[in-house]
Amino acid sequence: MKRKSLLYLALAGTLLTSGCANVKPWQRGALSDYIMRPDRDPLGSALAEHMWFSREAAFGGRAVGGGGCGCN
Amino acid sequence: MFGKTHALVLCLLAINLTAPATRTSADGLKVNDPFPDLTQFKLEGKLPDLTKGHVLLVDFWATWCSPCKASFPALDRLHSQYSERGLLIVAISVDEKQQDVERFLRKIPIHFTVIRDVEQELVATAKVTTMPTSFLIDREGRVRFIHNGYRGGESDRQYAREIEQLLAAPGKSP
Repeated sequence: MKRKSLLYLALAGTLLTSGCANVKPWQRGALSDYIMRPDRDPLGSALAEHMWFSREAAFGGRAVGGGGCGCN
Repeated sequence: MFGKTHALVLCLLAINLTAPATRTSADGLKVNDPFPDLTQFKLEGKLPDLTKGHVLLVDFWATWCSPCKASFPALDRLHSQYSERGLLIVAISVDEKQQDVERFLRKIPIHFTVIRDVEQELVATAKVTTMPTSFLIDREGRVRFIHNGYRGGESDRQYAREIEQLLAAPGKSP
């Protein structure tokens, strides 16, 4: 029974996750839209950076200094 | 050690990892291939008379592609420099909306022909791998040079050299 379930699961996984499509070079209009830029909001980016270096205690990581206290 | 079920599961996983739904084929237009007949595709815009044996520069571009934008003034210079000697430049936009093309051309006015590949059939036939891609086609209608991307002065010099070579080659004059 367990084997059969495993087999069905693998079969379903194969069918459902092998649908990755390659975006052709001439179809990249939507991908290059401004709205797709992760850094389009400067304030949001700064906040994310702050949280990142505080949480990860990343001293000087990604151009911001800090010792992990989140106080600067 | 492994039962049949495990072997089958492994096979399925291998298939899943190695077989994307669609594959891009790299066998697009190559040097010496005849360029497809432009009149056979649904193109928006006025196609120039291509029966006069011009040297043709076909450029696939899009308004969202920065190097394409950078290449336009250079293509316009090539047009003014060589059109009287028989060079015809046809820039084919792959944009989905004609309004985007019109807005772009209002900002960057040019003098060569711009048309739009409405259903992206021509670009799919050419199977370009980069934006922009341009094809230099001789007077007999064969692809002689292919430019993938645009690299400023280096591309400009290469275009000029190749266009001179094609214009000097014997063939029916425009």
